[in-house]
Amino acid sequence: MTSHSQADSRQPDQNAKNITRKKGSRQSLGETAWTVVAGLCLLTALVPLFLVIAYVLVQGFSRLDVAAFTRLPPPPLSANEGGFANALAGTLIMVAIGALISVPFGVLAAIYLAEFSSGQIPRWIRFATNVLSGVPSILMGVFIYGLLVLPFFGFSAIAGGAALAVLMLPIIVRTTDESLQIVPQSVRWASLGMGASKFQTVLRVVLPAALPAIATGLTLAVARAAGETAPLIFTALFAQYWTDDLLSPIASLSVLVYNFAAVPYENQRELAWAASLILVLIVLLTSILSRWATRKQVY
Amino acid sequence: MTAPAYNDSSQAAIPARSGQSKWLDRGFRIVTQGFALAVAAVLVIIGIQVTINAWPAIREFGLSFIYTSAWNPVESVYGALPMIYGTLVSSFIALLLAFPLGVGTAIFLSEDFLPAKIRTPLAFMVELLAAIPSVVYGLWGIYVLIPFLKPIGGWLHDTLGWFPLFRTDYIGPGMLPAGIILTVMILPVITAISRDSLTSLPPSLRQASMGMGATRWTTIFRVLIPAGISGIIGGTMLALGRALGETMAVTLLIGNSNNFNISILAPANTIASLMANQFAEASGLQVAALMYAGLVLFLMTLIVNVLAELIIRKLKPY
Repeated sequence: MTSHSQADSRQPDQNAKNITRKKGSRQSLGETAWTVVAGLCLLTALVPLFLVIAYVLVQGFSRLDVAAFTRLPPPPLSANEGGFANALAGTLIMVAIGALISVPFGVLAAIYLAEFSSGQIPRWIRFATNVLSGVPSILMGVFIYGLLVLPFFGFSAIAGGAALAVLMLPIIVRTTDESLQIVPQSVRWASLGMGASKFQTVLRVVLPAALPAIATGLTLAVARAAGETAPLIFTALFAQYWTDDLLSPIASLSVLVYNFAAVPYENQRELAWAASLILVLIVLLTSILSRWATRKQVY
Repeated sequence: MTAPAYNDSSQAAIPARSGQSKWLDRGFRIVTQGFALAVAAVLVIIGIQVTINAWPAIREFGLSFIYTSAWNPVESVYGALPMIYGTLVSSFIALLLAFPLGVGTAIFLSEDFLPAKIRTPLAFMVELLAAIPSVVYGLWGIYVLIPFLKPIGGWLHDTLGWFPLFRTDYIGPGMLPAGIILTVMILPVITAISRDSLTSLPPSLRQASMGMGATRWTTIFRVLIPAGISGIIGGTMLALGRALGETMAVTLLIGNSNNFNISILAPANTIASLMANQFAEASGLQVAALMYAGLVLFLMTLIVNVLAELIIRKLKPY
């Protein structure tokens, strides 16, 4: 069945006969059976992906009109269909705040890990980063709730953005660290050999070389943050209306989906599906884009 | 680090590095080190922060919080046993289903059953499962998965109703749909890490096994899986950590019942969904109790994730 046994059977050498596997023997049937089982595992794994995407497309697309992007969320049972304009803006604002905090933070930390590391400290930091990326996102919301919401800002876009920053941080550190390590050592030597300082080498030579991979990491982090709900219900809450400052509760697409998912009102449920479609599209596009971008390497 | 200083007179044209440049280098190193240490510190501060917020409840209930099952905001008595049970059981259901599916998928995608041109996009699609937002899985689960599971749940109750796990009738939201949605969400984690560890094995292992006359599947079961076991187990542990802390999809599907019920067909609750549900309306001791539950969740995921990291690092034979 396998290409291996077919190759054997092409040699009708008398001595080789004993070690030739026969087609249809119990052994080769077992081989086929296992292959089929493994293939079925793959098919089963892919079924939910298609079902989720198909449902979100079908349910969401009918409601994806101009009003969805320009109006505010509708009250229940109103004739006004409404939209998620303020939620879309809220998601963009908070993801931007998250990126503004986590990118410089994460990239600088990764530069230390990849460029200056020696001894045990970087090992522990990498370990802690990996563990941090496994901390449930809801606890990051709780953390920011205790750190910023209670003592300072109240439920706000800043707190929401900070929670998303904690979520994005380990992703950015890890991808930047990995992409800096891929830059060949010879490039650094060449730069230092030309008389550049370490600072110049990192900033002018190594970072630009790693930039596409770093951008990919950022894209993945943004995609992850855009769909996150749990940390936001502790930090940003939700708002029915436009929010005009960064210190009051603010709407987001994911919390809108959560709030409207199980309500008995048709107009709000339809909007939940449409918002889901936007979230899924963001995630699919960024994933495919980042996959495409990593193909091009500088070195 | 620093450019070599040339004392040779023929090299005198190269000026020594200025003090400013040296200070810049040193300062840069210190700044980056500070940020790197801060990343690690975030993990510690999360733990401290949650503990501080939970302190009133810790003082009030002590360890009894973990093994009592009253969740009564009216009388200010809190016990998290039903949620701890729900967290563990829903994650266990997910592992039970996702482990064989994930490892099978990983094997299928790491061997050359399909040409590489088809295999790579398929692996990418499995990874996309991890990218879909949790709340979208929740929405989908309410309208598609729960109705779909109705006949299966009904059949489980009718034929195996004598068994405590299937004692109650399937009413919709409950442990079973939550476990299934978690299966879908952790499957890509197990698959991706198992596949990585299988494909990174040295080719000589496979060649040696084939050369000894082993069939493909004998090679897989006796040589490749034992060699890649650290990645498979580590990936499964990471997936478990993810399942324990997953919030939105579970909250929308589990039914959020704070009463202890052993049946997986009945509504239940997890620590994460308890927090997501009650936090907005909570005040006083209830907030502390929710934080205490969060601390329990933090410690559970911390242990699982640390073990996963150690397994992936330490058990690497090749």
